[in-house]
Amino acid sequence: MKYEAVIGLEVHVQLRTASKMFTRVAAGYGQPENTLTDPVVLALPGALPVMNKEALDKIIKAGLMLGCDIAPVCKWDRKNYFYPDSPKNYQISQYDQPICRRGAVEIELPGPARNIMGEHKKIPLTRIHLEEDVGKLTHGAHESLVDYNRAGTPLMEIVSEPALHSADEAFAFLTVLRLTLVQGDVSDCDMEKGQLRCDANISIRPVGETKLGTKVELKNLNSISFVRDGIAHEIRRQTAVVEGGGTIVQETRQYDGEAGTSTAMRSKEMAHDYRYFPDPDLMPVKVDDAWLAAIRATVPEGLFDRQRRYLEQFQLPYTLTAVLVPQLPLGVFFEAAARLCGKPQAAANWIANDLQRELTAAHLVLAGSKIKPAHVAGLVQLVETGVISNNIAKEVFVEMFATGELPEAIVGRKGLQQSTDTGELEKWVADAIAANPKAVEGFKTGNEKALNAIKGAIMKASAGKANPQLVDEIVRKQIG
Amino acid sequence: MADELIFRPVAEVAALLDAKKISSVELLRAFVARKQAVDGRVQAFNSLDEAGALALAAASDARRAAGQARGPLEGIPVGFKDVIAVEGQPLTCSSRMLANFVSPYDATVTAKLKAAGAIPFGRLNMDEFAMGSSTENSAFGVTANPWDLTRVPGGSSGGSAAAVAAGEVPLALGSDTGGSIRQPAALCGLVGLKPTYGLVSRYGLAAFASSLDQIGTLAHTVEDAALLLGAIAGHDAHDSTSFKAEVPDYRAELAKRQGPWRLGVPKEFFGAGLDPEVGAAVKQAIEFYRSAGCAIKPVSLPLSAEYAIAVYYLIATAEASSNLARYDGIRYGHRSKAATDAIDIYAKSRAEGFGEEVKRRIILGTHVLSSGYYDAYYLRAQKVRTLIRGEFLRVFRECDALLSPTSPTAAFKIGEKSADPLAMYLSDIYTIGVNLAGLPGISVPCGFTGGGLPIGLQIIGQPFQEGALLAIARAYEQAHAWHTKHPALT
Repeated sequence: MKYEAVIGLEVHVQLRTASKMFTRVAAGYGQPENTLTDPVVLALPGALPVMNKEALDKIIKAGLMLGCDIAPVCKWDRKNYFYPDSPKNYQISQYDQPICRRGAVEIELPGPARNIMGEHKKIPLTRIHLEEDVGKLTHGAHESLVDYNRAGTPLMEIVSEPALHSADEAFAFLTVLRLTLVQGDVSDCDMEKGQLRCDANISIRPVGETKLGTKVELKNLNSISFVRDGIAHEIRRQTAVVEGGGTIVQETRQYDGEAGTSTAMRSKEMAHDYRYFPDPDLMPVKVDDAWLAAIRATVPEGLFDRQRRYLEQFQLPYTLTAVLVPQLPLGVFFEAAARLCGKPQAAANWIANDLQRELTAAHLVLAGSKIKPAHVAGLVQLVETGVISNNIAKEVFVEMFATGELPEAIVGRKGLQQSTDTGELEKWVADAIAANPKAVEGFKTGNEKALNAIKGAIMKASAGKANPQLVDEIVRKQIG
Repeated sequence: MADELIFRPVAEVAALLDAKKISSVELLRAFVARKQAVDGRVQAFNSLDEAGALALAAASDARRAAGQARGPLEGIPVGFKDVIAVEGQPLTCSSRMLANFVSPYDATVTAKLKAAGAIPFGRLNMDEFAMGSSTENSAFGVTANPWDLTRVPGGSSGGSAAAVAAGEVPLALGSDTGGSIRQPAALCGLVGLKPTYGLVSRYGLAAFASSLDQIGTLAHTVEDAALLLGAIAGHDAHDSTSFKAEVPDYRAELAKRQGPWRLGVPKEFFGAGLDPEVGAAVKQAIEFYRSAGCAIKPVSLPLSAEYAIAVYYLIATAEASSNLARYDGIRYGHRSKAATDAIDIYAKSRAEGFGEEVKRRIILGTHVLSSGYYDAYYLRAQKVRTLIRGEFLRVFRECDALLSPTSPTAAFKIGEKSADPLAMYLSDIYTIGVNLAGLPGISVPCGFTGGGLPIGLQIIGQPFQEGALLAIARAYEQAHAWHTKHPALT
C-alpha cells in the first residue's frame, strides 16, 4: 500500500525589537547570563507587564506579508504551567483571539533541473500569535542553571494547516518563511541563535484516505536541514511501523539531527491543562485602520511576486532571479543598476556573479561594500559601448570593488580602453605571427582553432586592450 | 508634646513643620517612641528600618531648611502594608514564602511618596498575600485591635489600620481587593479609602487579584486621606491598567464640592446578618445627611447583594492561583531544604511557604480555571461581574453616592471566625461589590458600639469621583467628633 504524509508546522520566531515583549529591558543575544533582566523579567513581587508596541507592529507586518486577516483587537491570555525557565510560571500569550488568522506561505518545490523553476504551492496558515519567550536551562551533573536573558523576548508562533506532504515541502516552507520575515525586517531568523525554531506534527495515511492518521509531534528541529531530515526520518519510521502491522502512538518525539534518530519524550496522557484565561494585567489593544495602513505602507513586495516581475519585466533567466530574489538588498541594488544602464540582463549577470563572488571573498554584506548601483551600471555601459572588453571589465570590477573608484575613472587612469589604432594592432599581429610559426602552419592546413594561440599572444602583448574583432580581421589578412 | 503630635491630623502637623515648631526628626522620634511603647501589644509592624527612616527625616529637615520642601507630606512618616515594594526593605506579604525577601525596587506609589518628601515608616502586618479579613492569616503573628486587644483589627490591611489607630504612624497605605482597607478602617475607627480601579498604579503591589486590587489610604481624617491620595494617584506607564485621568487637588476639592447631594441607600445592605448596633449607627448617619438637605433615595442592588461574594471568590481566586505561581522557590523566596528536583522544589517550597488560606484559594482558583470548568465558573462569574457593575452604574444615574455599613459587625474576637472561612468571607459582604464594579469607596467612623468598638459608614462613589466622595465624607466628619477619639491602649 502507498502512504502519504500529512505535516503541519509550528514555527516560533523571535521578533527583532529593541526591548522585550512586556518591559523596557533590551532584547538581545550573547550577553553575560542574567544581565538582560529587571523586576518584570524576573517576576518579582509587584512587577507588571506593559506591551511593547514595536512587537505588535512587527507581527502585524508579518501577518500582512503572509496575507493574514488581522484581528481588530490584540487580546492577551495567560498560559499557566510550572517550569524553571518560565519566571512567572505562566506565559503571556494569545489563546482564542490570535492577532493573525489564515494567510498562506507560497512555496517553490525543487525543479527538474537547477535552471528550471519548480512547482509552486500555497500552504495555508491557521494562525499567528504573539507571546513571550522563556529563559534557557543548562543542566549540569548535580544542578541546573537558568539564564533569563532570553525570557520575555517577543516571540511569534506561526501555525500551518496540516497541508504539507513531504520533507521537501516543509524545507521549502521554512526557507520562504525565513526569507520573508528577514526581508520584512521582522526577525533575523538565525536558527543558531534560536531565533527560529520549528516543531512538526506528522502523520501518514493510505493514499486516497481523507481522514488524518495519528500524529506525532517532532521537536528539537534546530536547523532547516534537520527539519527536512527529521521529517523524512519520521515518515520512514511511521511507514515501517504501519507496514510491520503496528499502530502509531500519539506522542512527542525528539529528533537528534547528528545521529539521525528520534526518541519518545512524552505521550498524550501527560498533556497539560494550561488553564488559559485573559490576562487581567493587560488591557486589550485596539488595532484601528490607520494603524494598519501605516504598517501596510512598510510591507515589501512578496518574494515570488518580485521573482515573477524580474522574469517578465526584465526578461531575466530563472537562474539569475533565483540569486537576486532571496536577498532583498541585492534585488534593490539590481533594479537601481538596471534603471541606470538600461541593460537589466547584463547588470543582473554582474551582480549575481562577480559582485556575489567578491562579497563572499571579502566577507562583506552588500551594505558594507563600496560598490553602488552606479558602479555596475557604468561598467555595463563601458562594455556595451566597446570601450573595454569583457575581460578587462572583470579586472575593473575587482578594482572598483576594492577601492570604490568609478569604472570610468579606473579605465581612464590606467588607459584600459580597447585599442583600435591599426598601426599598433598591425605590429602586435606581425610579432605574434612571427613568434608562432606552428600555429600559422596549423591554420593554413585548415585548423581554425590554431588561430587562438596567435590571438592569445596578441592579447597578452596588448595587456588585453586589443579590440578582439579588429585583431581577428588583421590576423586573417596578414596570414592570408 | 509627643502624645499631642501622634494623633494630630497630618494637615496640622505639616503646618507645625512648616512653621519650624518641630522638625521631621522629632516627629519621627515621637512615632518611634510610640511604636516602642505599644507595638508589643498591638503587633502592627512586621519590621521597621528606624535608622533609614531617621536618615530620611534628617534629609527632609535639610530640604526644608534650604527652602526646598516638597509639599504637604514633606517629612511625614507613612506606614506601608507589607505588600507594597520599597527599595531595600523587606517585602514579606506576611508570608513565610517571602520572609527573607528584600525588594530591589520601589513601587510607583513609593517613588511618588518619596518624591513628595514622605518617609516610608515600617512594614505593616496583613493577612498573608492580602487574603483574609482579620489579619489572623499572617505568618508572623496576629495584630490586635487597639480598641480591644482581644479583638481583630480587620483585614487584610489590619496592620496598617492598627498602626494608625494606635498612633504608631499618622498615615498608612493599604491595599483593597474586596474590602481590605475599608473593613479594617471601620473596625479601627479610621478613614479608609479605596480609590477607583486604575486611579493608583499597582506597579510594585504584590498581586492578589489583579482586576480587583487597588492601593488606598488609612488615615485619621478625610483631609489626611485626601492629602495621601493626591500624592499617590495618577497614570503610570508601568501599569497597563492605570487610567489616564487628570488628578485634581483633592484637598481643594473638599472645599469646592458642596452638597446637597443625592445619596442612595441600597436596601439589601441592611438585611439579615447586620448587627443592630451597626445598623442603628449607619441609619443615624443617613439621617444626618437628610437633615443636611441631601436627597436620600432608597435604591436596590439585588445582584450585588446576592452574587457579589460568589463572583468575587471565583474571580479573585482564579487570578490569585496564577499570580502566586511565581512564588516557586527558584529565583527568590523560600526554597525547601528537603527538595531534590525542580518539581520537588515547587511542591515542597510552596507547601512549606504558604499558609492555609493561601493554599485554599490557590486550589480553588486552579479548579475554577480548569479545562471543563472555565465556562461554568470563571466565564460566568465575569458575566455576572459585568451585570453587577451595570447595576451600580444604573443606580448612579440618580445618585451621587451610596451609603451603607462598611462591615456587618464591629471588630470580632481573635479566633472567633478563623475556623469558619465562609463566616469570615461574609464580613466583606458590603465592600466586595465595590471592587467588582471598580468603584471608589470610603469608610468613615460613625459611632461606637455599647462595648466601645468603632463602627464604620461606607460611602460608595462614582468612578473617578474621589473629589465628591471625599467631600461627602468630610461633611459628615465635620459635624461629628468620632474621629477625635483614640484608643486608650491601657
